[in-house]
Amino acid sequence: MRRLAAALLLLVPLAGCSGGARDQADAPEKTLHVYAAASLQNAFTEIGKRFEDANDGVTVKFTFGGSSDLVAQIEQGAPADVFASADTANMDKAVKARVIGGVPQNFASNTLEIVTPPGNPAHIESLRDLTGRSAKVVVCAPEVPCGAAAARVEEAAGLRIKPVSEEQSVTDVLGKVISGEADAGLVYVTDVLGAGAKVHGVTFPESRQAVNTYPIASLRSTHDETLAAGFTDYVVGPEGQSVLSTYGFQKP
Amino acid sequence: MSLHLEATVADRGVDVSLDIGAHKVVAILGPNGAGKSTVLAAIAGVVRPDTGRAILGDDVLFDVAAGTWQPAYARGTALLAQDPLLFPHLDALDNVAFGPRSAGRTRAQSRATAMTWLAEVDAAELAGRRPSELSGGQAQRIAVARALAAEPRLLLLDEPMAALDITVVPAMRQVLRRVLADRTAVIVTHDVLDALLLADRVVVMEAGRIVESGPTRDVLARPRSAFGANIAGLNLVRGRVEGGAVRTPEGLVVSGLSDEELAPDATALAVFSPSAVSIFLQRPAGSPRNVIAATVTELEPRGAQVRVRAGAISADVTAPVVAELDLAPGAGVFLAVKASEVAIYGA
Amino acid sequence: MSLTRQSGVPRWVLVPAALGAAFVVLPLVALATRVEWGSFFSLITSDSSRAALWLSLRTSAASTLLCVVFGVPMALVLARTTFRGQSLLRSIVLLPLVLPPVVGGIALLYTFGRKGLLGETIDVLGLQIAFSTTAVVIAQTFVALPFMVVSLEGTLRTAGERYEVVAATLGARPTTVLRRVTLPLVLPGLAAGAVLSFARALGEFGATITFAGSLEGVTRTLPLEIYLQRETDPDAAVALSLVLVVVAVLVIGLVRGTRSTAL
Repeated sequence: MRRLAAALLLLVPLAGCSGGARDQADAPEKTLHVYAAASLQNAFTEIGKRFEDANDGVTVKFTFGGSSDLVAQIEQGAPADVFASADTANMDKAVKARVIGGVPQNFASNTLEIVTPPGNPAHIESLRDLTGRSAKVVVCAPEVPCGAAAARVEEAAGLRIKPVSEEQSVTDVLGKVISGEADAGLVYVTDVLGAGAKVHGVTFPESRQAVNTYPIASLRSTHDETLAAGFTDYVVGPEGQSVLSTYGFQKP
Repeated sequence: MSLHLEATVADRGVDVSLDIGAHKVVAILGPNGAGKSTVLAAIAGVVRPDTGRAILGDDVLFDVAAGTWQPAYARGTALLAQDPLLFPHLDALDNVAFGPRSAGRTRAQSRATAMTWLAEVDAAELAGRRPSELSGGQAQRIAVARALAAEPRLLLLDEPMAALDITVVPAMRQVLRRVLADRTAVIVTHDVLDALLLADRVVVMEAGRIVESGPTRDVLARPRSAFGANIAGLNLVRGRVEGGAVRTPEGLVVSGLSDEELAPDATALAVFSPSAVSIFLQRPAGSPRNVIAATVTELEPRGAQVRVRAGAISADVTAPVVAELDLAPGAGVFLAVKASEVAIYGA
Repeated sequence: MSLTRQSGVPRWVLVPAALGAAFVVLPLVALATRVEWGSFFSLITSDSSRAALWLSLRTSAASTLLCVVFGVPMALVLARTTFRGQSLLRSIVLLPLVLPPVVGGIALLYTFGRKGLLGETIDVLGLQIAFSTTAVVIAQTFVALPFMVVSLEGTLRTAGERYEVVAATLGARPTTVLRRVTLPLVLPGLAAGAVLSFARALGEFGATITFAGSLEGVTRTLPLEIYLQRETDPDAAVALSLVLVVVAVLVIGLVRGTRSTAL
């Protein structure tokens, strides 16, 4: 699905952009393509709406996905104006690939939280409770940002979690906990908040050892540097920050 | 082992009743679609009749009213079809050994039995061949051996020679004649020779019904059905008795001889051979013959003779006669047959 | 290469045909060009790669066995009997062929999962299916079973019942007929179905990741490993992809081999 969406996005601007550039003078219709990490979906959708309201004639279109997927697509020439990553590693990758236009700015951070099914049937109270063999624990694979964060937390706490599965994404971890297959998982604070009553969250002090930082930057391929920079400034600015905090993100 | 069968199979329009004495072979004759194969299938347990029952010896094969049904494998009625249907993955020997193996014999015993049956059908040297390496005639001989090796109480043969090259049919018929002696069997065939050489009794089926049956010799000599007459190579005229003649509904009158007392107006048959029929272009005057005006419909070479069909009646004449009279389909002719050549009997 | 046009195919048909062939071949060529040949061997023999490949082969073999155990009787019932609702049953059996594998995974989760339809029963038996290799085998069997059923039912119908009827009149009981006549006759179809089932099981991703999870040596099969490696080590992902392509090509060759000798 994500790939199909990306393929379609590749096609749409081919038809739209060439005309758009010429008409710019008399009709200020502008479209901004933002590639953003999946965990930002809810917050960025709202930020996008507010940005559109504040800027007449601007439409913001989002592509949400795994950060490394997005970098790969941008490298292959996806028509993006702005990239917001869920971690600095993937932003560094993008910088190395010379696709970033501006200087990346950190705009939010996120920490891990233990998630359990409602009622916490396995009575998980601390990170240590995840190391026992009785509880079925699901985490992200170390290869993906949320898994890297989990590994850092384990290391800092000197604990070794024995997961029954190392999932591909936060969504997969959340899904296994919501369905009751797993007794507990490690996800971001924002994910626990987003899942509402379907899950129960257990905070733990060691989470501060692994703060995930979200950087944002405009891309070299953008057709409208001013607009792209305007959006990144908006996210970093007070408007964007207040929306992000309502979705559980912390200051960078 | 005697067989009593009465059965109807509604969706094939078959309704028959049949008795076969122990160690007798019955030939079922009839046109295509008459239901001959359905009768065999019902006996073999491959088709489920809607009503009726079949009893083989003391054994009830099926009885619809009583709810009895023996599956095909328990009936002891081996079925040999037109197509030999040898199992392609087994060689000839193991094909023949299939029946004994299924009956629980050891592999060695079964193969020994198979070998004797292969020898019985003159195919011992083919034992190691795969079906794909056999000619049609060889395959059918092995199929016969396979059927016999299963030691059937009743052997069912469904046109076993129809698919064979005509050059191998006589040899195959000899094999069947040998192995059918002293067996109870039913053979469905098109060929009158099969009936003559292999069968004790003949049953003629038309449109799902048995239209005549009797000892082979009687049916061929005095056929009571059009099909029976046809396969016996005879002309048959059906009508009512009038004087010493038979009058058909179409008004044709055929005189002949009868060795039985015939009541006036009773249904009767006049039967005569095509070779007794002469052909004229003009009506022959003043002779004591039956003369029938007709139109030639078909010419069919038969060895040195030509069979001239004119409507329902056939005449066998020589080729020079055909040339001299310039016969061709559509020609108007008069057919003449002496009353002394016509047999009349009650239907 | 000379082209013989036996049945008079219009020349213009060759153009879209060639385009279609290129559409299939080009991505494979592109994949091969991206392989780091220098490190290829070390990439595909890393611990995680070997664990994934070994797990894939083991689970696919087990799934294929289950496909034979359940698929052969299913094909027999569909091809050799008639009953009410048969065509409906056939459609349902074939459903995993057209269903997105993720949907299959979700459905399996609600069947064999802890909170699923059979979850409690399984729990009582002391079995744990979720996150186990068993779950991988179940997911693979679910998506591969239709290949066995379709392949074998077609072969059974083509073979017809005539040999079976003859065998029965020779005194063979149904089980004997099945063992000595039916199965030997449809063996090529059975083999083709098994190979296709194996290939489908080997490539299974969506249902596995949804239903079984992903843990090295337990549930992380080769496709899952490739998907995960892509995050950090695209070279390894490409190398492993090529391994899967080679296995798939071998499998297709095997099927074509059995088909051509059979029919």
